[in-house]
Amino acid sequence: MHSKSFGDRMLDVFVYGFLILLGFSTFYPFWNGLVISLNDGMDTALGGITFWPRKWSLENYYVVFRDNRIMNAFMVSVARTALGTILSVLCTAIFAYGMTKKELVGRKFYMVMCIVTMYFGGGLIPTFLVIRGLGLMNTFWVFIIPGLISVWNMIIFRTFFMGLPDGLEESAKIDGCGNWSTFFRIILPLSGPVIATLGLFTAVAHWNEWFLPSIYITNEKLLPIQSMLQQILSTNIMTEQMSKLDSAAQSRMTAMKSVTTKSLSMATMMVATLPIIAVYPFVQKYFVKGVLVGSLKE
Amino acid sequence: MIKQWDIQLMVIPALLLIFVFSYIPMYGVLMAFQDYNLFEGFWASPWVGFKHFSMFFHSPEFWSIIRNTIIISLLKFVIGFPAPIFLALVLNEVRHMAFKRVIQTVSYLPHFLSWVIVAGFTMSILSTDNGSLNILLQKLHLINEPVGFLGKAEYFWGILVSTNVWKEIGFGSIVYLAAIAGINPSLYEAAAMDGAGRIKQIFMITIPSIIPVISIFMILAIGNLLSAGFEDILLLGSNPVLRDVANVIDTYVYRVGITNQRYSYATAVGLFKAVISVGMLTFANMFARRSGNSLW
Repeated sequence: MHSKSFGDRMLDVFVYGFLILLGFSTFYPFWNGLVISLNDGMDTALGGITFWPRKWSLENYYVVFRDNRIMNAFMVSVARTALGTILSVLCTAIFAYGMTKKELVGRKFYMVMCIVTMYFGGGLIPTFLVIRGLGLMNTFWVFIIPGLISVWNMIIFRTFFMGLPDGLEESAKIDGCGNWSTFFRIILPLSGPVIATLGLFTAVAHWNEWFLPSIYITNEKLLPIQSMLQQILSTNIMTEQMSKLDSAAQSRMTAMKSVTTKSLSMATMMVATLPIIAVYPFVQKYFVKGVLVGSLKE
Repeated sequence: MIKQWDIQLMVIPALLLIFVFSYIPMYGVLMAFQDYNLFEGFWASPWVGFKHFSMFFHSPEFWSIIRNTIIISLLKFVIGFPAPIFLALVLNEVRHMAFKRVIQTVSYLPHFLSWVIVAGFTMSILSTDNGSLNILLQKLHLINEPVGFLGKAEYFWGILVSTNVWKEIGFGSIVYLAAIAGINPSLYEAAAMDGAGRIKQIFMITIPSIIPVISIFMILAIGNLLSAGFEDILLLGSNPVLRDVANVIDTYVYRVGITNQRYSYATAVGLFKAVISVGMLTFANMFARRSGNSLW
């Protein structure tokens, strides 16, 4: 029984070999990015920076942290993520609690109205025109209001609330609580795990969004970090393209400049990734549960 | 209704938001049949029937857009869909729990990064400017000169699919791992008694047991089949050299709609895609229903 067959041993070799390769290829880009951001920009230009910095330097980070535009964009992202997540989770939870009430007049109709939006949408252009028509372009609120209610999250909240014992609400009623105070005093404090899960996903989505801001926001003071990073990276590519076309001497100059841009954009990328890497170990145990909560509905 | 104003107050503001941000845009789709004029607005703009649709069908880019959309989405489906299943099967064979946990933790992480960051990493690794891949290939003497991977049309689809797999393989495997965890262990014991090795057990027990989960996710994936992707293509395919292979329906809608402000035309193109997607979802579900695993 315990003597492994040839096939089983081959399987082990394959399994561990494959997973080590996968782990390495996932980890390496982060590591290499970090190393480049910690290496002297001019030295990086000479090439060969892979696993370890050759010429340590914090200069890239000094430049990034002293750059008002980047720091401002970082703060816009922080503000948007904090406010957007709190308001969205709270409003969606209130909505979901209301939808659990059997006596709610119009409940079936409301539910159908919600579910339809999960299958049909207006698409990019009509949505863009609505946002524009409401005067939300170039305002901070364009980050918060359109995403305030998530139907998907509402359904997960609702399922969770319906799983709570009925006795809880009844005893709160007897003690004189109305629906709102029952929600805030009894239901919300009991919803820790589901709030953590949905809060995490909402926060990550807020932090990572770059495309909508790039079409809704033209005022640079309101641009979040990911959109800012996208601009930095795309100008970086342009320099690399240009350096090939130019004459030898010029290309040398542009190459030097582009390499410095490379170190700077790596440092900016690290700064933009930092919040996610920082919270990731703490919330990991929640999100696996969260994914399964979500997939049960399907 | 007046008696229950407090509960209605919980739901009505939310429903209003859904109405404004989901239903009004749905209604706005009708402007695909108009010559929408920003100054006259939706109500005063003239109706033109299928003019924009036929313009799209006759545009010189039509065939390359359709070809790219179909090929990119098929590649993503054929490689990107089984990849997490494969990873879950492989992870399930790991007996060292600590190793398994490390690999899982690392492989989930890219899912939480924005496409901007992932594209940034991709550009850095593939860069001619001392990108790690070029360094590696040169050290192995497979190439003499750095290759500009992101500036060559023939590599674009491969790069796109690889980065997508890189980003989502770990996270996608979670549901399959959960399904595998739910398999009754006595099935494996019985198979081992009958003399099945581990490879045989994978094919005879593990895979058949997770087929229902696989088919549900497959139906969902088929519904999205025409979504070749948007952010990834926009970011990685920004080089004008790649336009011929990187132009898909969604990036086209963005370019003609937002950049060139041809609102009605872009909406018509978007609607064309939505209609086909709904059709494919219905079709996929019909097949799945025959096999007994339908979504609705």
